[in-house]
Amino acid sequence: MAERERRMAPPFGGVFVAHARVMNADDMGRAVRRMAHEIIECNHGIDQLVIVGLQTGGVPIAEHLVAALEDIEGRRPPLGVLDVALHRDDIGLRPVVPQATTDLPDELDGRIIVLVDDVLFTGRTIRAALDAVCDFGRPRAVELAVMVDRGHRELPIRPDYVGKNLPTRRDEVVDVNAEGVDLGVMRK
Amino acid sequence: MNSSTGWDHGVGRHLLGIEGMGRSDLERILEVTDRFAEIGRRPIPKVPALRGRTVASVFFEDSTRTRLSFETAARRLSADTLTFTAGSSSLSKGESLRDTVEVIRSYGADVLVIRHGMAGTPHRVAQWTDAAVVNAGDGCHEHPTQALLDAYTLREHRGALDGMSIAIVGDILHSRVARSGVLAFSLLGAEVTLVAPTTLLPPSLEDWPVRVSHDLDDVIGSLDACYMLRMQRERHDDGLIPSLREYTADYGLSARRAERLPKDALILHPGPTNPGVEIAAEVAAAERSVILDQVANGVSVRMAVLFLLLGSVPDPDAVAEAN
Repeated sequence: MAERERRMAPPFGGVFVAHARVMNADDMGRAVRRMAHEIIECNHGIDQLVIVGLQTGGVPIAEHLVAALEDIEGRRPPLGVLDVALHRDDIGLRPVVPQATTDLPDELDGRIIVLVDDVLFTGRTIRAALDAVCDFGRPRAVELAVMVDRGHRELPIRPDYVGKNLPTRRDEVVDVNAEGVDLGVMRK
Repeated sequence: MNSSTGWDHGVGRHLLGIEGMGRSDLERILEVTDRFAEIGRRPIPKVPALRGRTVASVFFEDSTRTRLSFETAARRLSADTLTFTAGSSSLSKGESLRDTVEVIRSYGADVLVIRHGMAGTPHRVAQWTDAAVVNAGDGCHEHPTQALLDAYTLREHRGALDGMSIAIVGDILHSRVARSGVLAFSLLGAEVTLVAPTTLLPPSLEDWPVRVSHDLDDVIGSLDACYMLRMQRERHDDGLIPSLREYTADYGLSARRAERLPKDALILHPGPTNPGVEIAAEVAAAERSVILDQVANGVSVRMAVLFLLLGSVPDPDAVAEAN
């Protein structure tokens, strides 16, 4: 789920107020293309790749990434979407309702999965995603691409491909949308 | 049906009946059901959402589908299950309902799924316990999860219930399935016709949002769905119908009668069927019969209900601890 969305749900709540635009749409496009090149370089092509966008914030970025990979390599790697709501460790701490669909390609065994999300923060979403993916098969490797790494990890998880490293305060909120990346806070 | 915590996800603290729920509540549950249906199609159809929670099925009446599907739903959500059935309990030693409920609660049950022959039992139990209570059928009153899975099945095949013409045929008087179904289908915009002999209809239907017919052949040509109720064999002993054979001739869905249904009309039945009584075996197995879909959807709907009751609303104690 996009961080801003989750922060707006109880028990947090409030309105997102942006302080600064840290990336615009062009910056994001360049970052996606760079990450696409890095993914191809690290994996020696795209043969075994499956790109998986995490619902909901990671899905548009995964779509852009697949388009960029197709531009470079001339064919599309398979694209899946994954909703990790039911694998989260904070069920009971905030209202969790599975809103979004999960749709993964049938065969994940032996493939290299690139998880794609908008913001990497505590790492708990990725922990949930790793658990969820294992229910669908046994990939050869799982990699992680994020548009923004804002720090404050609570688990031993690190990204393989990063659009932008963005130092933040813990109480700030990063919002990734179609126009760009905004840094701000939630106001009650 | 309102949530004391202020987050309204369609289900409040308990699911006692369709009565009192609104259209948006039903739609919310059906939407969430879509997500849980997908889990059933996974290679490992299990998510850790309700790990550490316990779902107790407390059945004072027999059941195959309802109990098994609640327990399957609980396991797919990684909850633990406790099963109480009247036949193998201390009821014969004079244990009271309240004792039973307290014993089960003391083993850590977070949800009590209750079926009882007396109308209103789940409502009563909900006053006694701080666990969530789900009505799995109380006497001739309500069976809300059956209505939800029926609505979900209709929606799955038709997209929406708005404007659908649905006949519920058979023993309406003794049917909790019919009562919950009428409320749910009409809330979702369908037009419901009850088809039964006068003896098998409740004495007053004034408050029910339905039309009534005593002639199945009269309405069958214009139906979008035909919902056959189970004919309880003991009813003819009560003198409510002349004989099962006569009932079948007038109200049974024979192969010949089923041919008069519009081509795309669906056939539903809550199970278990009495082949050759209310529905002919070949009709129950026909392509337009969605009886097996109902059974499969029962698990998804009950996953949604259990999750909405237990997982979707924050536990105040846990929140306080985490902060």
